[in-house]
Amino acid sequence: MTARVSIEVNGAKQKLELDTRTSLLDALRENLKLTGTKKGCDHGQCGACTVIVDGRRINSCLTLAVMHEGARVTTIEGLGTPEAMHPMQAAFVKHDGYQCGYCTPGQVCSAVAVLEEIRAGVPSHVTPDLGDRPKVTPEELRERMSGNICRCGAYSNIVDAMTEVAGSRA
Amino acid sequence: MKAFTYERARTPAEAAAAVARTPGAKFIAGGTNLLDLMKLQIETPRHLIDVNGLNLDEIEKTSDGGLRIGALVRNTDLAADARVRKDYAVLSRALLAGASGQLRNKATTAGNLLQRTRCPYFYDTAQPCNKRQPGSGCSAIGGVSRQLAVIGSSDACIATHPSDMAVAMRVLDATVETVRADGQARRIPIADFHRLPGTTPHIETVLLPGELITAVTLPKPVGGFHTYRKVRDRASYAFALVSVAAIVQKDGRGRAAFGGVAHRPWRVEAAEAAMPSGAKAVADQVFTGAKPTHENAFKLTLAARTLAGALAEARA
Repeated sequence: MTARVSIEVNGAKQKLELDTRTSLLDALRENLKLTGTKKGCDHGQCGACTVIVDGRRINSCLTLAVMHEGARVTTIEGLGTPEAMHPMQAAFVKHDGYQCGYCTPGQVCSAVAVLEEIRAGVPSHVTPDLGDRPKVTPEELRERMSGNICRCGAYSNIVDAMTEVAGSRA
Repeated sequence: MKAFTYERARTPAEAAAAVARTPGAKFIAGGTNLLDLMKLQIETPRHLIDVNGLNLDEIEKTSDGGLRIGALVRNTDLAADARVRKDYAVLSRALLAGASGQLRNKATTAGNLLQRTRCPYFYDTAQPCNKRQPGSGCSAIGGVSRQLAVIGSSDACIATHPSDMAVAMRVLDATVETVRADGQARRIPIADFHRLPGTTPHIETVLLPGELITAVTLPKPVGGFHTYRKVRDRASYAFALVSVAAIVQKDGRGRAAFGGVAHRPWRVEAAEAAMPSGAKAVADQVFTGAKPTHENAFKLTLAARTLAGALAEARA
């Protein structure tokens, strides 16, 4: 059973006719050949599939492509290129925020969205006072990145990369 | 995943009627739990009705000074809402204690209430489970039960309800608003919304076939100190072993609901009179009749201590 959907991916309008079962992740990887976004667990537990949809990070494995009519999707390919890296990508390289690299596209998409969330004043589990704006602290970054697993254990370097990007913006 | 047809609903009443008349149909909103279960063929809908376009995503004041939360309000937005943070902080805290940032961006208010247990035997399709396959038996009883229910359970099921949000809504005396397939609206107190497993653990709420949640309303703010304490195996992104949603007034009176212990958020209002006497006095009454397994009896001690922590936090 198929259905049609139009999605804007990294600025380009895409018209797709898909099996209704196709996750957004599979549509990106298999139909649009944007293989930067990775399939880890395919159950929303690891975060490797994180993309930014209409400004918010989500697990692309746990949503159907057909549910995203008119949505604007940004994948790792839309954030930067090897020649013109996004500041977060550059900071990951500088701080060794990865080892094998498999989780990295999801980590970077999540990290970019996390800094936006903090800037927008979205609280987290570790925000001390719900009446205050959250701050960029290692504790906040660790809590907010808990949906992205790194089996190589590059977590502390990821926090360093995010801290640098957040600081350069302030 | 089994094949299914898909449509986008235009009105709540139309969506409710469509699910009621279409065999094997289900609503989909955030999809974060449903699609997970569909991949495992624990859920096998033949038709999905996408309700994301129903304009149920507003948080608004009610005429009696409370708050109406649209069914489609995302967990992130509900937790971040200035009115919720100020007057219903226990709800913000509960939401922020649950899931991951990515999931909270998708997961909806109604979907959070309707999410299914994370009992490992419910998820393991090779094992009997009365909730997944009625009448097949319960593998959790006598199995690995550390995470599972200590009270309100039955010989058929010892699963817990996994939601943090629902525990806060229980302590806030929320009301679930729905529309039925015949177009009639109704209001269900949160205390009556989730069922205990009894002999039919596969029936988890009092919703009728096709009945669609449209909103959750909160009564006017009750003031007091709000806290949500969650004890879990990891510091983040894990389900509760035990959680406590508590609201404590200056004079020591208060209310408390417990998560991670039963098939629904567990609150015993009569026990709350003992609040000024301390956590143990409350917990002893709240957990009267508990039937823990040898693996999860620790939850009874843990629940009392978690409440004690909440009360200490309120006094500080």
